Amino acid sequence: MNRALVMLLTFAMAAAAQESPPKENPHTSGADLERGARLYSGHCAPCHGPKGEGARGAPLARPKLRRAADDQALFRVIENGISGTDMPGAWQMTPREIWQVVAHIRALGRTAVEIVPGDSVKGEQLFGAKGNCTQCHTIKGKGGTAGPELSEIGSRRGADHLRTSMLDPEAATPEGFLQVVAVTRSGKSVTGIRLNEDTDSIQLRDLAGGLHSFWKADLKRLDKEKGRSPMPSYKGVLSNTEIADLTAYLASLRGVL
Amino acid sequence: MKSVLLIAVAALPLAAQVSFERLRKAELEPGNWLTYSGNYSAHRHSPLKQITALNVARLRPVWVHQISRLDKFETTPLVADGVMYISESPSNVTALDTRTGRTLWRYRRTLPRDLRLCCGQVNRGVALLDDLVFVGTVDAHLVALDSKSGVVRWDATVADYKTGHSITVAPLAVKDKIIVGIAGGEFGVRGFIDAYSAKTGERAWRFWTIPAPGEPGSETWAGESWKTGSATTWVTGAYDSESNTVFWGTGNPGPDWNGEVRLGDNLYSDSLVALDGDTGKLKWHFQFTPHDVHDWDATEVPVLAEAVVRGQKRKVVLFANRNGFYYVLDRASGQYLQGKAFIHQTWAKDLDDSGRPVRLPNTFPSVEGTKVYPSVPGATNWFSPSYSPQTNLFYVAAREEGSVYHMGEADYKAGALFHGGGERYVPGEEGWGAIRALEPATGAMKWEYRLHSPPWAGVLSTAGGLVFGGTNEGMLFALDATAGKQLWRFQTGGMVASNAISYLSGGKQHIAMAAGNAIFAFAVE
Repeated sequence: MNRALVMLLTFAMAAAAQESPPKENPHTSGADLERGARLYSGHCAPCHGPKGEGARGAPLARPKLRRAADDQALFRVIENGISGTDMPGAWQMTPREIWQVVAHIRALGRTAVEIVPGDSVKGEQLFGAKGNCTQCHTIKGKGGTAGPELSEIGSRRGADHLRTSMLDPEAATPEGFLQVVAVTRSGKSVTGIRLNEDTDSIQLRDLAGGLHSFWKADLKRLDKEKGRSPMPSYKGVLSNTEIADLTAYLASLRGVL
Repeated sequence: MKSVLLIAVAALPLAAQVSFERLRKAELEPGNWLTYSGNYSAHRHSPLKQITALNVARLRPVWVHQISRLDKFETTPLVADGVMYISESPSNVTALDTRTGRTLWRYRRTLPRDLRLCCGQVNRGVALLDDLVFVGTVDAHLVALDSKSGVVRWDATVADYKTGHSITVAPLAVKDKIIVGIAGGEFGVRGFIDAYSAKTGERAWRFWTIPAPGEPGSETWAGESWKTGSATTWVTGAYDSESNTVFWGTGNPGPDWNGEVRLGDNLYSDSLVALDGDTGKLKWHFQFTPHDVHDWDATEVPVLAEAVVRGQKRKVVLFANRNGFYYVLDRASGQYLQGKAFIHQTWAKDLDDSGRPVRLPNTFPSVEGTKVYPSVPGATNWFSPSYSPQTNLFYVAAREEGSVYHMGEADYKAGALFHGGGERYVPGEEGWGAIRALEPATGAMKWEYRLHSPPWAGVLSTAGGLVFGGTNEGMLFALDATAGKQLWRFQTGGMVASNAISYLSGGKQHIAMAAGNAIFAFAVE
């Protein structure tokens, strides 16, 4: 099992036994900000980007954060993580260190807000028509299931990351995403996305949505194509303007602010 | 319901007392599983041989016992004279009839709401001695229960839970005493190993795992750091009745990942200590990871065996450590005899002639993060290895993964977490695991059985030539003990984070193991 989960749950339980954080950030000195920046670079930047521009993780260089209206709420998000997402709780940090990170993130939010060029209305049309994105992706209940559901993708990914995922999808595969090719002893080959795996078996969903489960002993070959993605590149298929429009549309999908 | 239970009880043989003599000679009654690791030498090996490579494919569940609490279920069941005794999360005890799986009695502990636990409301099992069952509790008590009714005979406070102390370890009954360790290594406690009178619950001795100022070893702690240095004792040790020696592993120094506030080797953290069973006096110690900054507790099970090391037959302790190395120590002196990495590790060049690791540079945690193998949970962990005298192999559930180690600040406040940093995953990497069979004298690998993910379950070997274990994904399996080939598997549907045992019920060999939130008992149909 997921050791992060074990650690998270258990440290979160222990942390919960401690007092609730104050409303105002008590650690905002220059030294706190400097320490907060170092902590941020180690703990947060790998997902949220060195400047909070967002990548696999949500953009943070924004004056308002959807899940953290005030500093106390931001403290809680960092402390406990967000269940149902990839955001883990920061059991590794003391309360003061969390406050230092809060101070740094708020400082990032005071810098220039990223402007996503492009026309999101045109982007929405492209998504359904020329881009044919709905074949694999669902937004607000409509679309295919081969690719990730995107209804709130703008709250979880930065614009640069979204752009990259269209131009060079294999440079932006989600954490834990794995394309596999399973070839049975009888020669049948199935390419799909791994849904589950253990020592003896693997479960896949093929690109048409079909579900498969194999005993590994029944397979002649099992290729794990790490870093590969079934998503085609839109480089040269869509113009730069169209990519910008699609990016603007996806970045606008941020759920309820 | 009531009458069913009464009939079940009435049909049992008269529950005999589990005397020290029976514990000492546990090998002579393989139908029972009387102590945590099966015998005092901690072999986790069953001399039973009804289940073999030829019939294990027909192993089927005979009953399942479900528990009501959702936490990791880490118990090792004990079996004595037709009754199975299990601990359940958080600190409860249930007695079951081994033939029907039906409950005979339950002990339910009322716990305070403000417990301080790092790693779950777990318990790894009970101890038996005479007509009593002993359990440690997460609020740091040791409780003696009547083995026929579960009625409390005594309840001793081992430590104050409000300062982060807790008990998750299965106690060990030795002579007329109950040995118990303490958890709380992430709360800056000062570790110890205690012995209590089995009859009265009175404390007989305490061995502090961190020496006080002026005592030998105290010079290995800078300033006042000894007071909050952890070195806890949360996994059951072994006992050599010939020399009357208790062997027990100790945990990480605290704070875990910030060593700057506790400069020095930090004795006796991450060590194996050998104590006199009557007095708790230290006979020797061996420290595996001096000045640990990666949370590599030496709270693994020490295995007592004999081995021919460099041409000489010796009584030894075998120890597969969380830091990635396998060690062979002389049992009488603690002298280092042999060592070898049993997983991929990147923190030590090697072990020197005294067994001390030769550290590589740039492997300490940093604010920005430092990638090191093995991970925080380590090369192996609290779950048990096994030694089979039949195959003369040492079996260990090994974990292959790294961590990015972060150093943080470390301000001690009683009862609050005190870890000074932590870890994160190595991005883009999936850990894996293996059951590995090592030659005891050298640590050389004879075979491995690969696992999809780094395991959290121990291994049991049997004289039927089998090794049993479990996976994070819920699979129980049996392997051929000489070659590692999988011969049987069963999907339980829940993570396996426990150790298997074997016993006789109705004259038939059974295997029992906790998985998910249930105990599964198996026999050949």
